[in-house]
Amino acid sequence: MVLVLAIGDLHIPHRAPDLPAKFKSMLVPGKIQHILCTGNLCIKEVHDYLKSLSPDLHITRGEYDEDVRYPENKTLMIGQFKLGLCHGHQIVPWGDLDSLAMLQRQLDVDILVTGHTHQFKAYKHEGGVVINPGSATGAYSSITYDVNPSFVLMDIDGLRVVVYVYELIDGEVKVDKIDFKKTATTQSAH
Amino acid sequence: MLPHGDDEEKWLAEGIAGIQHNAFYMHRALDSNDLKDALRYSVQMLSELRTSLLSPHKYYELYMRAFDELRKMEMFFREETARGTISVIELYELVQHAGNILPRLYLLCTVGSVYIKSKEAPAKDVLKDLVEMCRGIQHPVRGLFLRSYLCQISRDKLPDIGSEYEGDADTVNHAIEFVIQNFTEMNKLWVRMHHQGPTREKDKREKERSQLRDLVGKNLHVLSQIEGVDLDIYKETVLPRVLEQVVNCKDELAQHYLMDCIIQVFPDEYHLQTLETLLGAFPQLQPTVDIKTVLSQLMDRLSNYAASSIEVLPEFLQVEAFSKLSNAIGKVVIEAQVDMPVVGAITLYVSLLTFTLRVHPDRLDYVDQVLGACVKKLSGRAKLEDSRATKQIVALLSAPLEKYNDIGTALKLPNYPRVMDHLDNGTNKVMAVVIIQSIMKNTTCISTADKVEALFELIKGLIRDMDETQDDEIDEEDFKEEQNSVARLIHMLHNDDPEEMLKILCTVRKHIILGGPKRLPFTVPPLVFSALKLVRHIQGQDGDVIGEEISATPKKIFQILHQTIEALLSVPSPELALRLYLQCAEAANDCDLEPVAYEFFTQAFILYEEEVADSKAQVTAIHLIIGTLQRMNVFGVENRDTLTHKATGYSAKLLKKPDQCRAVYACSHLFWVDEQDGIKDGERVLLCLKRALRIANAAQQMANVTRGSSGPVVLFIEILNKYLYFFEKGNPQVTSSVLQGLIELIKTEMQTDGSSDPSADAFFASTLRYIQFQKQKGGAMGEKYDPIKI
Repeated sequence: MVLVLAIGDLHIPHRAPDLPAKFKSMLVPGKIQHILCTGNLCIKEVHDYLKSLSPDLHITRGEYDEDVRYPENKTLMIGQFKLGLCHGHQIVPWGDLDSLAMLQRQLDVDILVTGHTHQFKAYKHEGGVVINPGSATGAYSSITYDVNPSFVLMDIDGLRVVVYVYELIDGEVKVDKIDFKKTATTQSAH
Repeated sequence: MLPHGDDEEKWLAEGIAGIQHNAFYMHRALDSNDLKDALRYSVQMLSELRTSLLSPHKYYELYMRAFDELRKMEMFFREETARGTISVIELYELVQHAGNILPRLYLLCTVGSVYIKSKEAPAKDVLKDLVEMCRGIQHPVRGLFLRSYLCQISRDKLPDIGSEYEGDADTVNHAIEFVIQNFTEMNKLWVRMHHQGPTREKDKREKERSQLRDLVGKNLHVLSQIEGVDLDIYKETVLPRVLEQVVNCKDELAQHYLMDCIIQVFPDEYHLQTLETLLGAFPQLQPTVDIKTVLSQLMDRLSNYAASSIEVLPEFLQVEAFSKLSNAIGKVVIEAQVDMPVVGAITLYVSLLTFTLRVHPDRLDYVDQVLGACVKKLSGRAKLEDSRATKQIVALLSAPLEKYNDIGTALKLPNYPRVMDHLDNGTNKVMAVVIIQSIMKNTTCISTADKVEALFELIKGLIRDMDETQDDEIDEEDFKEEQNSVARLIHMLHNDDPEEMLKILCTVRKHIILGGPKRLPFTVPPLVFSALKLVRHIQGQDGDVIGEEISATPKKIFQILHQTIEALLSVPSPELALRLYLQCAEAANDCDLEPVAYEFFTQAFILYEEEVADSKAQVTAIHLIIGTLQRMNVFGVENRDTLTHKATGYSAKLLKKPDQCRAVYACSHLFWVDEQDGIKDGERVLLCLKRALRIANAAQQMANVTRGSSGPVVLFIEILNKYLYFFEKGNPQVTSSVLQGLIELIKTEMQTDGSSDPSADAFFASTLRYIQFQKQKGGAMGEKYDPIKI
């Protein structure tokens, strides 16, 4: 069992002062094995904070990131799953599932994690999963109105992944769960 | 001539030997009940204490030896008198025949102790006799130890209330009188030491004196232990008498020690009730006395006392403790000790503030009064250079923040910023950061423009350059951290009322614009997004304020936004400005303000053309432009055409062919918006895709020429996917035969391509798998895909 945190679009300090305290108390070092951050952190302090939660930190570049060295996209294997990571502002129309599916095919991944829209999404799509963890700070977005802070935890165990979505609604953390099983036919060709 | 160390050791050894020698014979006499011999040897033994050669420290060693022997003598006296061999009165007479005064008085005290215990005479008479007789020794060290002995043997025999030695009415007064008299005499001896001996050894002598202080202080301790010393007696007799001695002795060491001693040994409740008397003594002390330590000690004790129980608080109010302390400090700092270093004065105010915050948390006026007094002390001086003093000021300013956990409270204190003005620039910034951290920690919302104004006045050290000379010394990392904290702070300035919120934004803007090019990239974005949030807020509630005179309109806010972002051009920070313009354009779109949206786009385009030079930055910028433009629905045909034309043009002019290709196929979405009323211009979509194909071809040819390999086949697969996208969306221009042709093309490319690219292979494979998937889906989609052969 491996816990993977997917998080992004924090926009600190441009659009939000900090992560919600409730999230901070949930996210503690030593529990999470990998972090996939879609980008727009935007500053080093946030990078350091994420690094403190788990040293295995993968970040792609958002359009507001101070650090220009983050790659545009990134793929990695966790257990039996191939995961792809991209901020998403490069994929027009923004947040469009069919266009993201193209990226998923291009990166040839089972799970694609993107951000930019600040709207939490998790689809099973063409035998894969497309996830948008939303904005962890509930930052203002020109795309989405009334953004609730959210992030995603993936529990990867063999061929199974359980996606937990944590959303902060009116000060309360709401958790949702999506189950996904990888079958032999969806196994990607390497 | 004071003894040399080695000599002193020798003299001490000789003294001890003398004591041991005589004690030996004394014991023999005691064993054989020979009173006469016992007295003789004890007198000889005690004569060793007549030495003037020893320092107080060594003398103490000698004294302790003799003390142990005297205990044995006392036991013997008690047994003898109990057996009736000799009466205690006779014994009391007998010891007075000793030839030398010092041994005589030690023996007299010893017998006196037995005398009191026998109760054959009232304790008060014996004590009075002893304390008077001890006047016979005027040598400071010898006298102090003798009286210390008297204090020691008498402490359990005072005619205190409830004691077995309590006699007729008001004997407790005699007990008190006895102790005070002994104290007074001891203090006089102690002070006299200061004036004896050569001046050049003054320091050494003061050090020695300091070692003796507890002998004097023990009397005060005994006084505090007397049951009969109730508040009234303390107030009427004890404190005035003790203070009189302290003030009149005019000795720095004694005054400091004894004031401290009084504060330590007597109960807090007494201090509170005699505050005026006690504080009244401070200005009368010698100017060199370290009053601040003692006074701070007193205030700390009182603060703790107040914190100990809520029931004692009314007492503090009743005696007006605050104003008394405040006045006393004022007197000391302003009048009595004008030369007190600033750090001392501020330390006092920190203690007073701590006291106030604990005892009168509701009295903000007191807090401000303390700060005001501090300002008064600091006024007329240049900025503080003394690091200890600035540290104390930081403590002073931090205390209310920690207490109230609300910056709003500090903002109500007129003297708060005035104290801050006296800090050097560095410390001023530190304090500003502390203030911001306090706000963040407590998630305090600053909700009016006035408060925002006051807050920015407090933290101005972070907001703008206070002087230009120190620019080079600023650490880059520190500066970033400071400015980021300001950026975070801007999100805490909020009011749900649009009118007030607009005022807040204008206030913030006014201040941050002064920050100069270094700070603007940090402070402009949070202000822009705060303003955009307000726009959305108003947008959400439009309609219900029709007819009213309102200034907080989206139009007005967009004007402010425009000017604010414009300030970034001076930095210059074109990429950031471009992003912010696009955000505004989209917000204007949502407000249905076409001209405003068009203007923001124009600004973004100008920046793109004139300021964004880096090819990588251009790629990101063009995707943001296309992405935003794709979402705009406010534009009429003409404006839209102008902007899409521009965007497509920029895309085709990117430096690298693959970047060109990708941007151009992304532009296809500008002509096909997959919504109910969205544009669906299939022809122009196809034009974009064909153009992308041409660029991909060109890229490939270029690769052939320059590297001898076929170019990025992946571009073709990407374009194929775009074709699939529009094929599925029902663009009539994209037919299955077009797709088929493209698939065949890619297949050929991949076969001729010697060096296979595994990621391109995988991409193509998954694309084909997708087509297969769609074919098998059945229904309309399956039918659509049916003609395609893979």
